[in-house]
Amino acid sequence: MAYRVFAMQQPSQRPRWWWWLFVAALAAFFITMPLHLELFVILEMSRFFGLAMLALSMGFLWGFGGVLSFGQTAFFGLGGYGYTVLALNTGATTGSVFFAIAFGMAGAAVLGYFMIYGRISEIYLSVTTLVFTLILEKGVRATSGDQYVIGTVRLNGQNGIPTVPQLKVPWNPSVELDINGFFYVGATLLVLVYLGLRLLLTTQFGRVIVGLRENERRTELLGYDTRRYKLGAFVLAGGVAGLGGAFYAMSIPLAHPEMFSLGRAADVIMWVLVGGKSTLIGPIAGVFAIEHFKGWLGTQGVGQVTLVLGAVLIVFVLVFQQGLLPTVGMLPEVWRDRRQVWRRILALPRTVAAVDWGVDELALLLVRRLARLIPGSASRSGRGRT
Amino acid sequence: MLEVRGLRAGYGRIQILDGIDLSLAQGTVVGVLGHNGMGKTTLLRTLIGELRAEQGEIRFDGADVTQLGMHRRARRGIGYVPQGRDIYAQLTVMENLKMGEMVRGGASAIAEMIEYCPILEPLLERRGGALSGGEQQILALARCLVGRPKLLLLDEPTEGIQPSIVEKIQAQLQALTAALGLTVLLVEQNLQFIAALAERVLIIQKGRIVTTIAPEQLHDKAVVDEYLGI
Repeated sequence: MAYRVFAMQQPSQRPRWWWWLFVAALAAFFITMPLHLELFVILEMSRFFGLAMLALSMGFLWGFGGVLSFGQTAFFGLGGYGYTVLALNTGATTGSVFFAIAFGMAGAAVLGYFMIYGRISEIYLSVTTLVFTLILEKGVRATSGDQYVIGTVRLNGQNGIPTVPQLKVPWNPSVELDINGFFYVGATLLVLVYLGLRLLLTTQFGRVIVGLRENERRTELLGYDTRRYKLGAFVLAGGVAGLGGAFYAMSIPLAHPEMFSLGRAADVIMWVLVGGKSTLIGPIAGVFAIEHFKGWLGTQGVGQVTLVLGAVLIVFVLVFQQGLLPTVGMLPEVWRDRRQVWRRILALPRTVAAVDWGVDELALLLVRRLARLIPGSASRSGRGRT
Repeated sequence: MLEVRGLRAGYGRIQILDGIDLSLAQGTVVGVLGHNGMGKTTLLRTLIGELRAEQGEIRFDGADVTQLGMHRRARRGIGYVPQGRDIYAQLTVMENLKMGEMVRGGASAIAEMIEYCPILEPLLERRGGALSGGEQQILALARCLVGRPKLLLLDEPTEGIQPSIVEKIQAQLQALTAALGLTVLLVEQNLQFIAALAERVLIIQKGRIVTTIAPEQLHDKAVVDEYLGI
């Protein structure tokens, strides 16, 4: 099952019964969580849902569209601030969530239009989105004066806006959702966004997005207005990030310039790479794994959490290039080829002993050998799976 | 169907096409022959809009398409199968075919194309990158034809393909052109291949069409030596 769900599904194929079963199991897992988990864990999980939506937006855009955008944190921040400011001004939380999505999409549409229709290359697109995020962060941090007020809401610069309104029951706005209710809404939204993006990949739009990643020129030659499709994907991912931002701001509860930060942008890359950027479920798993790991490191008194996470990222980039879930999905294949894997492991010391070059060559050889042991790594192809 | 007048194009300061004039009537298969670097591929890339024409006019189906972008020309009915096939290696054969639906495709067009290219039928679930060179070429051709182009621009379909497979591609192309009544501009280095398919052959030298010959003349060593120096 794991093999099929994580590693074997083509993006544009309609999901099979076992995929639906997997989604149902995931939903059931979320439904039963509040029944047996401590309050602290429920609160943490609720925070992760917002981050997971951010990771999904990046996973969709990068893993399937081939666009590495650091701007997802910008749209995440725009969503968080957009929700907070509107909800504080109007008191309408449900409408403000939709506004957060629209705000993220609008930001992505404006930025994306100039980048994509300006036909800037992929690397400059990444740099531009990074600069956009940093400009927004600096801009929001500079709003500490009394004059920076939208309606009745002070932006508070570095300190952010601490009074983020909690989500209310849409049909009864006088009632705020309790912790469990908020958890369920977050889980439902996350599953729906995942489902929506997964099903979108089976449509012509999804196929074209994957086609853009594979070969943009060829896709245009087949009659597709590639810029429009690319912008569409960028705007959609901006909306998902905006939704994540709104949900994250509610969960902490704080709308803070850190949402736009370089550190957050790096976090997203890490979640997606560690979870597996060739899948949609991978980025979600990456958030839960990395954020939980961060928390665990904190409880163990590890001071240099960033250093440890950096090391983890390097290991994944060098050895588990497909990410955690696709690698787990390949385990049956490892088991099947276990004799060959063992032979390679046993041959490793002999190969290393034969090396008489410099240290750099040895490192290169080790990394390559290690990578070859792992299915789904450099020597294997695994793009475009869900 | 296609009228080209005084077409000039190139790469930056390097001019490759130096005033191309040609016309293609509907349902004809015309070959283009010439040495490497004479502008054969550049001609096709300019016709599809991948390269901007610096001068001249391209009229397709009576309309001036010189300033149109690639996707707009494709939607008007110009199909292009480039050198090297350019299939989507990570997508399955079926997904590749579905990508060709944009212009005037649909499920029936795909089914029909599979019928015309039975070699693809057992490969539908296989990834494009796992196919042999010949299979990839037929897939590239079928994917383009799913969109029912009125004009097909074919760039060296036999490049890098072993001789026995070239014959299959030739047979496949002959069957398709006959069945669909295609208009084809075929750039090719393989003389036998072009002689078997084309009704006339344009010789391109230094970015100009210097003469038109009949395909039978390609068997004449003197003609080949004169224009192609082979």
